[in-house]
Parts: sequence; structure tokens; C-alpha cells
Amino acid sequence: MDAIILQILNGLDKGSAYALIALGLTLIFGTLGVVNFAHGALFMIGAFCAVTVQRLLTLSYETVDPTRTDFLGNPMKVKTPYIESWFGPEVGASIIEWSVPLAILFAIPVMLLIGYAMERGLIKHFYKRPHADQILVTFGLAIVLQELIKHYYGANPIQTPAPDAFRGSFDFGQLLGFDPNVIIYPYWRLVYFGFAAIIIAAVFSFLQFTTFGMVVRAGMADRETVGLLGIDIDKRFTIMFGLAAAVAGLAGVMYAPINAPNYHMGMDFLVLSFVVVVVGGMGSLPGAVLAGFLLGILESFASMNEVKTILPGIDQIIIYLVAIVVLLTRPRGLMGRKGVMEE
Amino acid sequence: MGILDVKNVSKRFGGLKALSDVNLSIKENSVHAIIGPNGAGKSTLLNCLVGKLIPDTGSVMFDGQSVLGRSPYEINQMGISRVFQTPEIFGDLTVMENMMIPVFARRDGAFRMHAVAMVNTETDVIEQAEQVLEDMNMADKRHMTAASLSRGDKRRLEIGMCLSQQPRLLLLDEPTAGMARADTNNTIDLLKQIKDERDITIAIIEHDMHVVFSLAERITVLAQGTPLVEDEPQKIRGHPKVREAYLGESG
Amino acid sequence: MFGLDKKDTTLLIIVALLVFLAPFLLNPFPADSAMAQFNAGYPDLMQRFVIFGIFAIGFNILFGLTGYLSFGHAAFLGVGSYAAVWMFKLLTMNVIPAIVLAVIVGGLFAALIGYITLRRSGIYFSILTLAFAQMMFAIAYSDLIGRFVGTSITNGETGLQLTLNDPRILGESATPDGSIPLTNLFGWDMRSTYQMDVGAWLFQFNFGYYFCAVVMLIAFFLSIRIFRSPFGLMLRAVKSNQQRMNYTGLNIRPYTLTAFIISGMYAGLAGGLMASMDPLAGAERMQWTASGEVVLMTILGGAGTLIGPVLGAGFIKYFENIFSKINEATLHQWFSFLPDGLETFVVWVAEHFVGSGWHLTLGILFMLVVIFLPGGLVEGGQKIGGLFSRRKQADEKSKATKTEPAE
Repeated sequence: MDAIILQILNGLDKGSAYALIALGLTLIFGTLGVVNFAHGALFMIGAFCAVTVQRLLTLSYETVDPTRTDFLGNPMKVKTPYIESWFGPEVGASIIEWSVPLAILFAIPVMLLIGYAMERGLIKHFYKRPHADQILVTFGLAIVLQELIKHYYGANPIQTPAPDAFRGSFDFGQLLGFDPNVIIYPYWRLVYFGFAAIIIAAVFSFLQFTTFGMVVRAGMADRETVGLLGIDIDKRFTIMFGLAAAVAGLAGVMYAPINAPNYHMGMDFLVLSFVVVVVGGMGSLPGAVLAGFLLGILESFASMNEVKTILPGIDQIIIYLVAIVVLLTRPRGLMGRKGVMEE
Repeated sequence: MGILDVKNVSKRFGGLKALSDVNLSIKENSVHAIIGPNGAGKSTLLNCLVGKLIPDTGSVMFDGQSVLGRSPYEINQMGISRVFQTPEIFGDLTVMENMMIPVFARRDGAFRMHAVAMVNTETDVIEQAEQVLEDMNMADKRHMTAASLSRGDKRRLEIGMCLSQQPRLLLLDEPTAGMARADTNNTIDLLKQIKDERDITIAIIEHDMHVVFSLAERITVLAQGTPLVEDEPQKIRGHPKVREAYLGESG
Repeated sequence: MFGLDKKDTTLLIIVALLVFLAPFLLNPFPADSAMAQFNAGYPDLMQRFVIFGIFAIGFNILFGLTGYLSFGHAAFLGVGSYAAVWMFKLLTMNVIPAIVLAVIVGGLFAALIGYITLRRSGIYFSILTLAFAQMMFAIAYSDLIGRFVGTSITNGETGLQLTLNDPRILGESATPDGSIPLTNLFGWDMRSTYQMDVGAWLFQFNFGYYFCAVVMLIAFFLSIRIFRSPFGLMLRAVKSNQQRMNYTGLNIRPYTLTAFIISGMYAGLAGGLMASMDPLAGAERMQWTASGEVVLMTILGGAGTLIGPVLGAGFIKYFENIFSKINEATLHQWFSFLPDGLETFVVWVAEHFVGSGWHLTLGILFMLVVIFLPGGLVEGGQKIGGLFSRRKQADEKSKATKTEPAE
């Protein structure tokens, strides 16, 4: 029992990331009819927003501390971040420590801007082109973004720690009456899950309760009819693209402490998120979220030692196997509408 | 007993009853028109005949064999060819290639791994395709891409492609929809010529009364998913029920 | 010739001449000149040209003709490589059994994956092939099947290599001098290279290259035959209008599946040849980047044209080689004629695209081709050709390229 709860918890954070990326993919596919192969890159750029903020906050100047010497006997050079000199050492240090949450404020405008530029500058011109061209051009863009990040940030993963306050682990087991230290769960992952839940809830209520969202939903159901109503659906779709980019970016920012950002994380997540979308049902937002969590948890179960001894390596392919089974037995996915992408 | 017998066919979409208890028999070598106001279920009925939809109840027999549960390509291989409302042709290919494909399909069946032969040495297929092109008066356009043809020529090509399969039943779905008068008249002449020269049954779904009364030997009026009357054209013209259905719909 | 019409025969002969004379043509600069870095006449690089040419030719049969965009074809190349290396380990160092097995295995995997993925078309198909390829990559990279059966199959991260302990039933585990035997064709060593010094030039004629070249010409010839066959016509019909196809009594799935299997066999063949030139196989050959590369080759050259994929493969592999070699020092040397500030700036910009920045160049190239030149180099060449000829001729030409499957 405790093992099961632990695996469910472990699956939640990866599942959250899948769900957030798949949600954006579905929004873009549903509204614009475009499959965005660069969506993973947006997730990655989000994570590197966290890295950037961390680097900006730790920009330092050098001073010589005459009271101390280095091992050669020369006066020691000390690096002091500007932030610390501006706000005093203590406040400065805690600002640096909170760089990842602060990066959210940085990432929102950046991602909206990137999303806007991408849609207006590139995707817009591909609405009427064949799907193959859309896939190819976004695929090319994904490579470009990934290589640019690699050029400026290097190929190695960059550690971006969470604030100290979230560094420990929460003893879930004790809460449920198990022995201490059986089910422990890092605080940051708990934060990530909560954060994902809030974003998902926000996106859904935005679509559900605002006029804007209503039009977008109508557009997802039947683009042509909405166009006939004389509503400027294109403008709304641009905003949706920016929104989807921001969701992916925020998912990336908050994921940075869980998995040190590297330039290829976008594509790694993208392929799995596509599978999530297929399993959830192409064009279904609840399906994307549900399948994201389900597959995240399933993956975590498959990586249990008990399972791995029977079926070695199953954790790495379980998602694909599920996708194949779903596709063969229920082609439109768990929650896909009948007729959508069944051809 | 006709070449095509539709018995008690019903089809619902959710709450909407698109077809209820349709009975229809199309006689061999006749031209049979199915008319009716918008939403009468004409297209649904047609889709049930060609395998795109499967009716909820009833049977559709073509030449004594059931077509239900077969996919469109199997039904086509049985001898039913379909002309679409907007011409469905192979736009990227040349007119000649368009014409050869149905001839190949007729000769080789639904699939043949024919990778060693060369298209330009298949003389029998080329000859047949050429013949149909001649019949359609399109021989001079054989090297044009199909997408670059005029609307009327696309329709002509599509009908030619269907004929090159030598089907026993030709289904036409509003073949003159959206056409200018001249093109419509050309199409009517073409269909008349086909009817006179070949042993073929033609079933035509049409909105345009001019087309219907120029061609049809028998007319079924469909309204609200069920056949209202079936008779010869002259009798349909003044039939009170038909007037009611049309006027009730449009007025 | 061989049942081809005059135009296709000419094309085949031109390609054959180019391929056979490649050691001369690709080495136009004297060995000690500054331009020597632009030479491409090394056995290793020339082998890559023709092997990737085969890969792209096969991919084009699927994508160019039917329009089904597979994002997982590198997986078939990968399994072909593994199959070939296993043949070298177990049976003999002769490349024929290895290549035959690679083709068969590539075809079998394609049949299995195609059977499932071809239930869908469009975007769905692309995503599914990508997912399958990533799954196969994961399996190979972690040697999952090997861990399951208890003996290594792909040798995980390290990759599959030959050892002195391999049985090689029909050959020898080790040569008399105690090294691993070399891949060969009935005794002719794949690595043997005849070097010809002509003045300042050095030309290299490698047996492995010529072997691959002959295989590629056969593969190219077969692809022309497929393009011109009734089967090829049907594949183009699939791309053009599936609805009409269905209502013309044609069953689409067997056509697409056959095309998928054929392209899988081409990929397996390319993988087998790769292993024959250098007997090792690694999982990185199966990654999505590798699949993306063959897509790019085909599109860059011109999808659906006969010669396009070969051109695309050569183009990309050549520039990969050149761009990867350029470094900052070379750039400074090139742009030294510029004023200092400008030079620094130009070098700074150019630096993004060379060396390890080649992938960035590739990505940008990919986007530019898709945006501005969807027909690829072949179409671009035709456009330029059209500018030079008289207008009327140009019209005829564009008509001809539209109406006939371009060469």
C-alpha cells in the first residue's frame, strides 16, 4: 500500500509536466489546426528562463579582500553579486535563493512574446499549407531553438536549485498513519504539482467562463462556422498560441529544480507529450490532462524495482506500449470526440 | 426486382432521424432520379449505398448481393461508381493518368503489387484510357494536370473515370451543382449520350429540376427521410404531394 | 535500357558517371592548397554520400510518392546495422549475408510498425512513427531485449562491436596475427584503397566506396522502375486523392504498407552498408535527429522527384563535413580583409553556424527550404533554368514538370 502511494506521488510531477505540455499542444492543435513540433522547445526555453534569471541575479563584481589570502599568498579576490550590494547581503542572498519562483515573473512576458512572434512570424503563414509542411517547419524551428540554447548555455545540464525553504521532504506516510520515512516526497515536487493544478484550473476556467474562451471553444469545435459569424477568430488564436507558449514555459521554469535544464529536454518531453495527446484523444483538453497524469503515474509504477526485475527496462517503453494498445483498441483516444482525427 | 434494391433502410444521427424506412428499387438500364428538398436525406441515402455509412436497419442489395458492411472500394469493385458533388479527381496527376487509374483498378482489382511493370508499356490499359478520353472529347487535354482543368472539364473527367471502369450502376451526386448553365447543359448532353450508348443504370441525386426532367425515366421524391412518391417524370411534375413538400420547405 | 525510357536512361547514366568518377570530381583542389579543405574525395565521406543517398531514395518512395511523412525511418536503418553486425559476429565477415539480413530485418520491422501506424494518416501517422522510433531507440540504448533474454543484443550505450571471441562459423574468430578480421566481399577487403598521385593531386579509389556505389545505382534503378510502374502511379494517386482512390475500387492500405516496407528495406540496406564499411552499430543512429535528417535530405533535394533525394543527401553530407571543420581561426583568416570591428562582428555571427553549430545551420536550412522552396533543389534548379531559356520554352518546361513525375 505504502509503495503504491509513493509511486503515485512520484508520478505526479512528471505527469504534471506531460499534462501541461499536452494541454498546450492540444490548444494549438484544436484552435489553429497546427501540430507544433516546437512546443517542447518552448518548455525548454521556460526552463532556461529560470537559468537566465539565476545568472542575472548572481552577476557579480570582484573586490580584493585584503584580510584574506589565497593559497598562493596573494590577497584573495571575492565575488559579490550586485544584488547583495544593492539590497544588503541578507536580502540579496534570499532574492538569489528565490530565483526560480522569481523567474516566473520573467518567463511570462518572455514566453508570451515568443509565442506571439512565432505565430505571427511563422505559423500564420502555414495555416493553408499541408500538415506535412507545418510539421517540418516547426520541427526545423525546434532544432534552431535547441541549438541556439546549446550555443549560449552549453551542452551540460545546469543546476537550478529551488529555494531552501522547499529543499526538504514532506513525510506523507506519517500523515496517513504509516511509519515515518516510508512515504517521503520532496516539497518542491509538491509545489510543482500544486502549481500545475492551478494553471490547469486557470486555463479551463478561462475557456469555460469568459466570452473569449467561449469563442475559442466554438472555434475548436467548428472553425468555419465561427469564422462565418464575423468574429475575428484569428486574433483570438494568436492570443491562444501565446497562452499555450506561456503554459509550456511556466511548466519549464518550475521544472528546472526537478531536472537540471539541458538543451535537449524539450524534444525528450515533446515526443512523450505527443503520445499523451494521442492517448488522451486528439483535440480533447480534459483528455490531455487526464492522460498526462495517468501516463506519468504509470511510468513511475513501471520503474519500481519489483516490476523491473520481472520486466527489465519496461519503464522506458511503457508509455509507448500503452499508446499502441490504445490506438489499436480505441483509435480516438480515451476522451477524443468521435470523428476527430479518426481518419 | 431491380439492379439495386433498398429495403426498409433507416439511419439516425443521435436524435435526428435522417432516413426512416426507405424502400427503393432501381431498374436495370434506367435513369432514376432521387429528388427532394434540402435535408430530405438524399446524401445520407447515397452514402448508405456506397459504403460510407452503414444503415441502422434494412438491407441494400446490388444485383442480388448485399453491400452492407463492405467498404467503398469493395462496393466499387462490385460495379457501382460514384460521381461527387465537387469533382473528386487526382489533381496532381495528368488527365491521362487519371483515366488510367480506374482502368488499372478494373483490370487488377483492389490491390496489385505491380512494381516491375512500366506504365508506358501497359498497352491495353493505355488503349482503353485513350478510348474513354476520345469518348469524353478530352484527348487533346491528356497531358494537362487535372487540377488545371476548368470546372466543367473536371466533371467530364470524373464521369469519364467512372465510365472507364464500365460500372453497372453510376451514382451521381448533384453533378451540376455550382455549374454555369452552359456547363450544365453540356453535362446533361454527356449523360444523355452515355445513357443512349451504353448498357448502364444511372441513379442521380439532383436539385436542379431542369436536369432531372431532361434525363430521368423515373423519379423518387424524398422528404424528411422517407420516399414520398415514385413515378414517371410527367406525373411527378404536377403531383400535389411533391408541390407540398417543396413549397412547404421553401415557402 | 533495362526497360527505361530515353530520359530516365540518360538520368541513370549521368548518375552512374558522377558516382564512378566521384574520386576525381570531388577532389578538384591540389592536396596541399588552401582549398584542399573543400575536397570531399575521401573514402569515408564518399561512402556516406552514397549510403545516405540510398536511405533518402527509399524514404522518398514513401514520402515523395504517397505523402506519408514518417518521422521514424532511422529506426530501420538502426536495426539494419545491428543485424549486419550480428551477421559479422556469428557467421562471416563477408558483407553479402550481412546486407541481405539487414534488408530483411529492416523490412520486417517496417511491416510490423507500418501495420500499426498506417491505420492513421496525416499528423497522426507522423507522431506515431516518431513514437515508435523513440521506443526502438530506448530499447536499443538500454539493451532492453538483451536484459530480458539475458544476453546482450545491442550492447546498450557502447554499441555493438566485433570482438576476438565472436564465433564467425564460416570465417575465423581472429586473423593469424591476432586481430579482428575485416569486412570483405569474397576476399576483397572493403577498406583497401588504391591511391593515385597525379602531380599535386591525390585521388583515392576505395573498394568499399565502389561496392556501395554499385548498390546505390541498383537501388536508384529500382526506384526509377517503381516510380514508372503502375504501382508507383497508384502511390501518387494515394497522395493526390484518397477519397477518389477508395471510390475507384482501390484498397489504399496495402499500397501504403508496401511502400512503407520498401522504404524500410532501403533503410535497412543503408544500415547494413554502414555496418559493412565500419562494423559497429550504435543506438544514436536511431534517434529522432537521424530520422529528421533523412526527411530534410529528401525535402531539400525535392520530394517526389527521382534525383532529389540523392542530391539532398550529397548536399547535406558535404556541407556537414565542411561546416564542421571550420573553426574560429579559419573564419578570422577568411574575413581578415574586413575592417577590424566589422571582422569581429562577422566572425561572431558566422561562428554560430560552423563547427558544432552545424546543426543550427541545418535547422535554419530546413526552415528556409520548407518556407521558400517546398519543391527542393530540383525545383529551384528548374526555376533558374527557366530564367535562362526563352519564355515560351520556360512555360513548356514548367508544364512538363507538372504533368510528368519530374526526374
